[in-house]
Amino acid sequence: MPTTDPASIRNFCIIAHIDHGKSTLADRMLQLTGVVDARQMRAQYLDKMDIERERGITIKSQNVRLPWTADDGRAYVLHMIDTPGHVDFTYEVSRSLAACEGTLLLVDAAQGIEAQTLANLYLALENDLHIIPVLNKIDLPAAQPDKYAEEIAKIIGCDASDVLRISAKTGEGVPDVLNAIVRDIPAPTGSVDSPARAMIFDSVYDSYRGVITYVRVFDGQLSTKDRGLMMSTQNAHEILEVGVVSPEMTPTESLSAGEVGYVIPGVKNVRQARVGDTLTTVRNTATESLGGYRDPRPMVFSGLYPLDGSEYPALREALDKLRLNDAALVYEPETSLALGFGFRVGFLGLLHLEIVRERLEREHGLALISTAPNVVYTVLLETGEDVVVTNPSDWPGGKIAEIREPVAKAMVLLPSDYVGTVMELCQGRRGVLQGMDYLSEDRVELRYTLPMGEIIFDFFDQLKSRTKGYASLDYEMSGEQASDLVKVDILLQGEPVDAFSAIVHKDKAYAYGTNMATKLRELIPRQNFEVPIQAAIGARVIARENIRAIRKDVLAKCYGGDITRKRKLLEKQKEGKKRMKMVGRVEVPQEAFIAALSTGKESAGK
Amino acid sequence: MPTSGALPTVALDGLGKRPFGLYLHVPFCATRCGYCDFNTYLGAELGGGALQAGYADMALAELRFARSVLGQACPQVDTVFVGGGTPTLLPAADLARLLSAVRAEFGLAPEAEVTTEANPDSVDERCLAELRQAGFTRVSFGMQSAVPSVLRVLDRTHTAGRPQQAAKEAFSAGFEQVSLDLIYGAPGESDDDWRASLEAALITGPTHVSAYSLIVEDGTRLGRQVARGLLPAPDDDVLADRYLLAEQALSDLGWYEVSNWGEPCRHNLGYWRGADWWGVGPGAHSHVGGMRWWNVRHPQAYADRLAAGHSPGAGREQLGAEDRRVERILLEVRLRDGLPLRLLHAAGLAAAVRHVEGGLLEPEAHAAGRAVLTLRGRLLADAVVRDLVD
Repeated sequence: MPTTDPASIRNFCIIAHIDHGKSTLADRMLQLTGVVDARQMRAQYLDKMDIERERGITIKSQNVRLPWTADDGRAYVLHMIDTPGHVDFTYEVSRSLAACEGTLLLVDAAQGIEAQTLANLYLALENDLHIIPVLNKIDLPAAQPDKYAEEIAKIIGCDASDVLRISAKTGEGVPDVLNAIVRDIPAPTGSVDSPARAMIFDSVYDSYRGVITYVRVFDGQLSTKDRGLMMSTQNAHEILEVGVVSPEMTPTESLSAGEVGYVIPGVKNVRQARVGDTLTTVRNTATESLGGYRDPRPMVFSGLYPLDGSEYPALREALDKLRLNDAALVYEPETSLALGFGFRVGFLGLLHLEIVRERLEREHGLALISTAPNVVYTVLLETGEDVVVTNPSDWPGGKIAEIREPVAKAMVLLPSDYVGTVMELCQGRRGVLQGMDYLSEDRVELRYTLPMGEIIFDFFDQLKSRTKGYASLDYEMSGEQASDLVKVDILLQGEPVDAFSAIVHKDKAYAYGTNMATKLRELIPRQNFEVPIQAAIGARVIARENIRAIRKDVLAKCYGGDITRKRKLLEKQKEGKKRMKMVGRVEVPQEAFIAALSTGKESAGK
Repeated sequence: MPTSGALPTVALDGLGKRPFGLYLHVPFCATRCGYCDFNTYLGAELGGGALQAGYADMALAELRFARSVLGQACPQVDTVFVGGGTPTLLPAADLARLLSAVRAEFGLAPEAEVTTEANPDSVDERCLAELRQAGFTRVSFGMQSAVPSVLRVLDRTHTAGRPQQAAKEAFSAGFEQVSLDLIYGAPGESDDDWRASLEAALITGPTHVSAYSLIVEDGTRLGRQVARGLLPAPDDDVLADRYLLAEQALSDLGWYEVSNWGEPCRHNLGYWRGADWWGVGPGAHSHVGGMRWWNVRHPQAYADRLAAGHSPGAGREQLGAEDRRVERILLEVRLRDGLPLRLLHAAGLAAAVRHVEGGLLEPEAHAAGRAVLTLRGRLLADAVVRDLVD
């Protein structure tokens, strides 16, 4: 059976910050290698989802096989793996990196390296990948290639003259990049004769073809003659098709050691073919997996509710559909006194939340309201019992011995002018400084441990606004810590409104309570009676506002005999009343919930 | 709306078992007040005064039309109310002629109440005497306020003091009932202005006073001025205070409807109690046995329909059982007697209990099977209705 000689294969990925030109470089490589001709070309060719193109981000990994005749005159096969570019998807990135022998470090020559790029670079160095540093956008007037080449050289320990300088936009220097890949990145090792081992670095659901996995074969061969076996679950399945992507899916007889391609495993959903798993064959089963597999773990939870309660079944159906394609998405039904029927949904992070919400709204036509996101807390009761809290409503009532919250190691890259204000921000968010390094004369790397709950609450927006957008952030989970946390309830006329409850640090409870009470006083219309709004920790009231009673609600006007108009007016008012949610006797317009929940809402870091 | 204006037999069935009224709408004014969104026109807007001059003939045509539609079952008329607009822009002789036609076509009940609205500055002693002579028993003056600055904001042309004078003249002319209409809450009006207006109204000993809060309606000059921020919108808390002042001043007359005190206007009670009435004139509304209809609004269109022998009706609706139930709650709750609790469904009954506890409904009346608003409840009547109809 003909296989591609591993010696002529190069597997690489591209590490870059958003907007640093990764998709443009990929587009240029597709053209230069003749995989896509000018006629078929469109911008961001590999980003398939609308959301990806609009936001200029990559959510799902993509890969493409590029034939290239290098400057040594020989023909090579380059596999490019395009990785997601966001902290929520660090695990997916790590799997993509693990599928390669080398990576391009692509940096905007006008902006320098950013935190997520640096974090991914560290990840690549840990994986022993060969790094090819590339400065992009050298055609920009604001480009400072010398300065940033020095910066990169210092970080990765190379010579500044080794940093390639290109413009993906004009195509200048792109052939050099392809030649450098051939020259510098090691060919894959691995034995074609060993039992097959392939790592799944992406898994997607296609409504026509079922689950499609993208794999890097490390050892042996995979073909449709084999039955596949997922090593983490020991589940066997058909192999319906194997092939390569160039750039459309093209079936081949087999995929063998060193190659990157796709396998259609004949399973129903992406949970049965998970990213990071090792695929082997039933006939000649590998004894050891490639390692590195991890179950996706949701970090951030939020309640999602349809604005129109009758759309609850539609929301369930839409979530079920998204789940086919998103192994990290978890959800369970939840009922809110204030918002009705909905779901508690777990996400990898804020961007993941935003993407899921946007896809539900856009692809499924749903209008949704989401509660403020929270992280997962562990509450140890004095009885010795552990309670895992993914929803403020689940906060236990008994005597609490300790509360543990997730913490993250965060890295902020920023111009040195802003160090003071960012330190102030991190301190205010209960951050602990772990270290500070100068990347260059005027660029600083700050390392903090920060409670995850603080990061998901408006941190990124604050960081951006304090640094005029110049700071970048990356973080990874690093365990739990005991903290002095409390649950703050908001009560209307003595009735708690579950959607507004929040778990916050003791020192911030008052600020949260006052802020919510003030906001609600403005948002909730006056009723026939006075409505006290209280913020409380348990039975202790920490803030209070009052909505004065309305005194006049009568049309004291003579309409003559036009009773029809009066009745129509009543019908209109009744319609308005129907859209009200009752909290005890208090009528709260849906808009008030939305406004109260959405102010202070952050946009996820990209 | 069929051009014949014919009514289904179900609507005609109970005719005569309920009070029957006639409303005559006179859609003309000398000037247009900034707050008014009623169906009324200036002479100039209608291309000269021809339509105004021919109005009585048109109205007579509709009276005859009404007579033929109602047919044999047609009862005597218990109440007549001439409203507007400004009815007294028409010569007293025209109003007298209309009343004669009512007598001739329908017959007037012996104790019939016959009211006309009037602008204080469009009547004099002679005119009032003529109207009394013709058979009018009640006159209702649009006084609005006794304070010159408030009258100016409301675009009223009469001078302060003239309404009281007119009321005196009406009594002298032999009218049994004289009513004064007041408006509170105009931009710039103070509590003291309002007190002064109430006192001035009471000095003449009217048998009836209406006090309406100023409602800023879209499409009026006042509405535009408020929208552009040239005038402040009336504040609900201020309006509530003004209403309480009115109740204080008028308590001797005694309230019988949310905005009305004194000897009840039987014609208006008919509106609140689901009586039958025929509304004559452009834009007038009618109700007969669960059928409501309304005439075309423009005087020319109205005249053309009648000239062709067609109904001037623009549209109508037949009320279903639930519509009628809702309307009864909506309308009767505004009356001093309130409404019988048996009109309410379970949720409405529960709401009634809540409102007794909350002080919006009278406990004694509730115990006796009726929903009757308290003073505070009168100010929140619409909110109470929204709950009672559930």
